[in-house]
Amino acid sequence: MSLSYVREEMVPPQPAPVRTTGVIAWARQNLFATPFDAVMTVIGVAFLIWAIPPIYNFIFPTFLGGDAVPPGGTVEDCRAAGAGACWAYISARMSFFIYGFYPPAEYWRPNLVFLLGALLIVPLLWPRAPFKRINALLFFVVYPIICYYLLNGGVFGLRRVPTEQWGGLLVTLIISLVGIICSMPIGILLALGRQSKLPIIKTLCVMFIELWRAVPLITILFMASIMLPLFMPQGTTVDKLLRALVGVTLFSSAYLAEVIRGGLQALPRGQYEAASSLGLSYWKSMGLIILPQALKHVIPGIVNSFIALFKDTSLVSIVGIFDLLNTVQAASSDINWSSPTQAVTGYLFAAFVFWIFCFAMSRYSIWMERRLDTGHKR
Amino acid sequence: MQNKVLTIALAAGLGLTATAAHAQTLDAVKAKGYIQCGVTGGVPGFSAPDANNVWAGLEVDFCRAVAAAIFDDPDAVRYTPLTSQERFAALSAGEIDILSRTTTWTMSRDTDLGISFVGTMYYDGQGFMVRVEDGIESALDLSGAAVCIESGTTTELNAADYFAANGMDFTPVVFTDQDEVVKAFEDGRCDVYTTDASALAAERSKFGTPDDYVILPEIISKEPLGPVVRQGDDQWFKINRWAYYALVEAEELGVTQANVDEMLGSDNPAVRRLLGVEGEFGTPLGLTNDWAYRIVKHIGNYGESYDRHVGPNTEIGLERGLNALWTDGGLQYAMPIR
Repeated sequence: MSLSYVREEMVPPQPAPVRTTGVIAWARQNLFATPFDAVMTVIGVAFLIWAIPPIYNFIFPTFLGGDAVPPGGTVEDCRAAGAGACWAYISARMSFFIYGFYPPAEYWRPNLVFLLGALLIVPLLWPRAPFKRINALLFFVVYPIICYYLLNGGVFGLRRVPTEQWGGLLVTLIISLVGIICSMPIGILLALGRQSKLPIIKTLCVMFIELWRAVPLITILFMASIMLPLFMPQGTTVDKLLRALVGVTLFSSAYLAEVIRGGLQALPRGQYEAASSLGLSYWKSMGLIILPQALKHVIPGIVNSFIALFKDTSLVSIVGIFDLLNTVQAASSDINWSSPTQAVTGYLFAAFVFWIFCFAMSRYSIWMERRLDTGHKR
Repeated sequence: MQNKVLTIALAAGLGLTATAAHAQTLDAVKAKGYIQCGVTGGVPGFSAPDANNVWAGLEVDFCRAVAAAIFDDPDAVRYTPLTSQERFAALSAGEIDILSRTTTWTMSRDTDLGISFVGTMYYDGQGFMVRVEDGIESALDLSGAAVCIESGTTTELNAADYFAANGMDFTPVVFTDQDEVVKAFEDGRCDVYTTDASALAAERSKFGTPDDYVILPEIISKEPLGPVVRQGDDQWFKINRWAYYALVEAEELGVTQANVDEMLGSDNPAVRRLLGVEGEFGTPLGLTNDWAYRIVKHIGNYGESYDRHVGPNTEIGLERGLNALWTDGGLQYAMPIR
């Protein structure tokens, strides 16, 4: 007989104690760790139970269990007691929200602009797509010119459509794209100018930046649309949209300049000296060594500015330009769709559109930051 | 765009002043081929984008009428939506030719701003709306009521004046935005909602159950809304003034869009003068003699335009009231064409 004091076979693995794994353990650790946590959890859950169903019912249409009137519904459905968001109204007035007063027969022109923009911007944003240089040239130089002539007309037998008739999402995108594309180079130049050793250039840049940053955008737009015409000779008018474009661009370039200056200052002095010791000229050292690093540092700041710019475009509505928000507001007085939820639905729709664009920009910038990360992360 | 920038640079360089090109709006309008018309950002019935995204309304019809008189084409109008702050600057600066934007004709505006009011397209006035269940039948029963008002408007002052003059007190509940005011009233945060009667009617139609609300008969202020032109160009002013009179005169004489062609053969000398069959009334204005015929042919008369946009059969449903012809006890009155 053999006598053993130790086990001869391994104990079979047991499932972990219930208290340490699974949903219960997670809940214990995260939700009910202390009495205070438990109380907060109960309050939080109660709040969600109280808040979510009404919101869900308001937003989602009848076939998903909500109270909202789906596209295709009638105004009577929207006016009925207890009806939620009136999506039928949004879909009925969708062309107004996208094109504003653009003549319906000419909708193909903005559509073509949207399509061309999408075709050009996707390969530009996708790092592995080839022909970057040509692509960039097409998008930043050729595309705006084509857009202008296509939308404005008056050439090649296209009917002229004055800018007063442009509106909706079209105008929002035009203002933000022009603002983003034009303010970037101006911002870079201003940031470099502010660091210049030439006193005149430096003073001018500092003055420009401080002036435009110190004034609210609303004031600039008001100045451009109300004061400017009074200073100008009778009969000479600058297009209202152009005035807003210039105002928005200069305003945002002042902000960008400061963001980029932050990036320039973050670079160690050795980088500047290394560039000089290689015998590079000022522009070459900036273009090849300093700016690529500086801009990479401030991607979050730049994107932040762009998102702010995109949202600020809605301010042009106060000077009577029909951007997306203003079309929504104007349509909310549409008597044929008047219902208790008309205005709320319009604003929900506008918020959703703005959110889509801003969220996409934010995601893209995070992705780009990761891609460009070369191990400087602290 | 290029040319414009160049022009501005040149003009600025030469130091041109703003006095030269004041007169002769008509020539400028004829040269460019359209009228630039300043409108609201959307007031239903007066100027608002319709279901086809085209500007429509009583005040839009005025610009269309002037375009019809000049070009025989009511669509020769371009619209500039303006905020109430911008409107007079835009007119003075020559950005627009006619301002037809629910603008109240007041003395200070008429005398201070370098503008001239053409006429009154709509006699508006401030009114009160209450809930039916409260059983209020007259504004004089409103003592002690909580009143929802938009801040910074003449409405606020008018209400205070009215309550003080009648020895009543009230609690103002003030908001900065029209939508907020309406919401507050609907939610029962106040007993009364006060603003211009036309806007009251429009807002009432938006409520879930419009029949639960009633607009009181009292009108406590004068808000004559009319088109405006720049001061200093008498020809343009008179074209606009007579375009307005033609709309009203046509209604008085029973000339409508449908029967205007028959009316050309009318025996009534007043009709014959209006439609240019007799006399030379258009040429002194710089227009053709069938100017009024064109207006009625394209736009209809004042009553037709009213019924189309704000009348009892529309969603807004405003009775003619003060805006009836003088022959029906209203205030719309055209100077005789002779």
